[in-house]
Amino acid sequence: MIKSAYSFSTKKDKIENHIIVVWVNNESGALARVIGLFSGRGYNIDSLAVAEVDQKKNISRITISTSGTLQVLQQIKLQLEKLVPVHKVADFPKNKKTILREMALLKVVSSKASLEKAKKVCKNYKYVILDKTEKSFVFEISALKKEVDDLIKKLQPLGLASVSRTGIVAMTRGYETFK
Amino acid sequence: MANLMTGAEIVFKVLEEQGVNHIFGYPGGAVLPIYDELKNHKKIKHILVRHEQGAGHAAEGYARSSGKPGVMLVTSGPGATNAVTALTDAYMDSVPLVCITGQVPTHLIGTDAFQECDTTGITRPCTKHNWLVKDVNKLSLIMHQAFEVATTGRPGPVLVDIPKDIQFKKGKYLRAKEIKKNNFKTNIKFSGQDDDIEKAVELIKKSIKPILYTGGGVINSGPKATTLLRELVSLTEFPITSTLQGLGAFPGNDNKFLGMLGMHGTYEANNAMHDCDLMINVGARFDDRITGKLDEFSPKSKKIHIDIDPSSINKNVKVDLALVGDVKFILEKIISKIKQKHPDFANSNKKKIGHWWNQIKTWRSKNSLSYKNSNDIIKPQFAVQRLYELTKAQDVYITTEVGQHQMWAAQHYKFDKPNRWMTSGGLGTMGYGLPAAIGVQIANPEKLVIDIAGEASVLMTMQEMSTAVQYKLPIKIFILNNQYMGMVRQWQELLHEKNYSESYTSALPDFVKLAEAYGCVGIRANKPQELDQKITEMLSVNRPVIFDCVVDKVENCYPMIPSGKAHNQMLLGDKDEEDSISEEGKILV
Repeated sequence: MIKSAYSFSTKKDKIENHIIVVWVNNESGALARVIGLFSGRGYNIDSLAVAEVDQKKNISRITISTSGTLQVLQQIKLQLEKLVPVHKVADFPKNKKTILREMALLKVVSSKASLEKAKKVCKNYKYVILDKTEKSFVFEISALKKEVDDLIKKLQPLGLASVSRTGIVAMTRGYETFK
Repeated sequence: MANLMTGAEIVFKVLEEQGVNHIFGYPGGAVLPIYDELKNHKKIKHILVRHEQGAGHAAEGYARSSGKPGVMLVTSGPGATNAVTALTDAYMDSVPLVCITGQVPTHLIGTDAFQECDTTGITRPCTKHNWLVKDVNKLSLIMHQAFEVATTGRPGPVLVDIPKDIQFKKGKYLRAKEIKKNNFKTNIKFSGQDDDIEKAVELIKKSIKPILYTGGGVINSGPKATTLLRELVSLTEFPITSTLQGLGAFPGNDNKFLGMLGMHGTYEANNAMHDCDLMINVGARFDDRITGKLDEFSPKSKKIHIDIDPSSINKNVKVDLALVGDVKFILEKIISKIKQKHPDFANSNKKKIGHWWNQIKTWRSKNSLSYKNSNDIIKPQFAVQRLYELTKAQDVYITTEVGQHQMWAAQHYKFDKPNRWMTSGGLGTMGYGLPAAIGVQIANPEKLVIDIAGEASVLMTMQEMSTAVQYKLPIKIFILNNQYMGMVRQWQELLHEKNYSESYTSALPDFVKLAEAYGCVGIRANKPQELDQKITEMLSVNRPVIFDCVVDKVENCYPMIPSGKAHNQMLLGDKDEEDSISEEGKILV
């Protein structure tokens, strides 16, 4: 039984992951407009990162990791460009040309032995310890999303107590910037 | 120091500068300062409606029939939420509206104050943009921007939410020209290259089975676009079909016109769409009521899409050539390129597409809009045809509600000018036509304005008859009364084994008495023989009229493309119904 009330598609196009970057006026409601567009039109948001990047011009940069068919991804970009507070929209390919990073803060609470094991696990990643007690430590890691996922998986049996992640941020390589 | 004004004064100052003559509204606690200021602005006439939804549809009718933005003024909370249907309707059908809402005072926002609601939050997905004004010094800027956003690019509704304390506060007024243009990405004339125009002309030159598929974008582009479209057709001899919203851009009686296309479009229009080798979409958006089954939509054609909204391109249907921009600029470029490159185009082309025209004639001979007339009972199609025949000598403005009557009006009433046809297409809002007719009549005081209605739809906004009477607006409400929600009943007949679940209205009001209760004129026609005389009587009354046209209860609207089917699988009438809708089709609307 097909659930759609109007039409159904027999074609199944390939789903791709993309990073959409949106430069937007840092004003109340701007983020809601962007997010509302995604939920209202049934687009996916896998992760979201947003902060002001230009205080003088009052511009925030929103980085959205999303997935969809190429047709949907094109729609996302075109629909975003129509929003009044949006300055520009970039569709960063997830390939060698794009630097992707995610920062995470992780807290491990455990016995001394487990804490030592946890530290060993972390050695394979670039990390900084920010806080330490005899029963716990908090550290920062900046890596690819998949690496953060892997680390979390490995730390779970060792007393991982709390995780905070920023979501993916992205930048193109080379001297060119997106205009 | 420049003169300071109150927020309420600034509101009117902007309206005056923007050339607004009429606002449709309903007062309430949070807009009282603005209503208090109304008396000082004689150039602006306020039309008091009976429900905020009515204000919105009236503003839509005003906008669509005049080409100017419609303005509405409502209070906070329920005033704003009642406006949501009309805003959504305007958003779907690209109608420029400026909605001003009152809001509770700034310090009470977020406290669940009396008549507070998150107006900008609620209306965010149904406006092009909206603003909550927190600083009176920004009010004029925001309101000028609101008009700009509403009227440029693909038009649409905007909303400005003004807290009550801002309406009292004094602030600076900025004139429109003092405001730095914000570049809302809306002033697109044509964003493509000359190369693209050349490609389009090449496709036009090569085609042997072309069709023009035109929509509301032609009308939104203004009268010049309509003229250019007619020129393009006479230059190319191409057949032309139109969406529901595009009716009137091309003369309905012209031989080149194949009638409306889509779910209840003509046999010739839909078959031509299916079989063409070149489709030129001018200001339409490949809506699902138009395309039918997407996978089988016009499989053999090259497609050119002219649209001002970049996000319309490749949204539903992949096209071969996209021309993003204002219809009139693009048509002008195409026409001049054809003239320059192929001076004798019409003549040389006539022969080339002769076969195609013959094929179209064959389809036409099916006479797909025909119906079996009766001597005993008024057939709804007959009623619309008689209404057309008896009014066509005048410059008539038609609005409709939503349902079977709307499709019959679109099929049988022929338009030859733009801005004469106001109907809710995208959202499909029952109750649109009566208040829209009020707005149309306000914008066109001396003209004949008729709402072709269904009895179920019109009851949704019937209270606006009171508005029509108050302002002496001689609108004619022509109700095709079959006592059913006819389109619902038709689908139930076709898809749900004639289980007419809740689609029959018992205890309908006596519309003649209802008219009298409102202080207008009621007329009823029961028999086909008396129809002409009663319509003539209606037309002779210079007051609002409710015309109760008692029609066949079980007439269905044909032709139709059943759900899940392609353009070339149309049903022409009752005999075709059996076995035409697959199990899969039944779950589609």
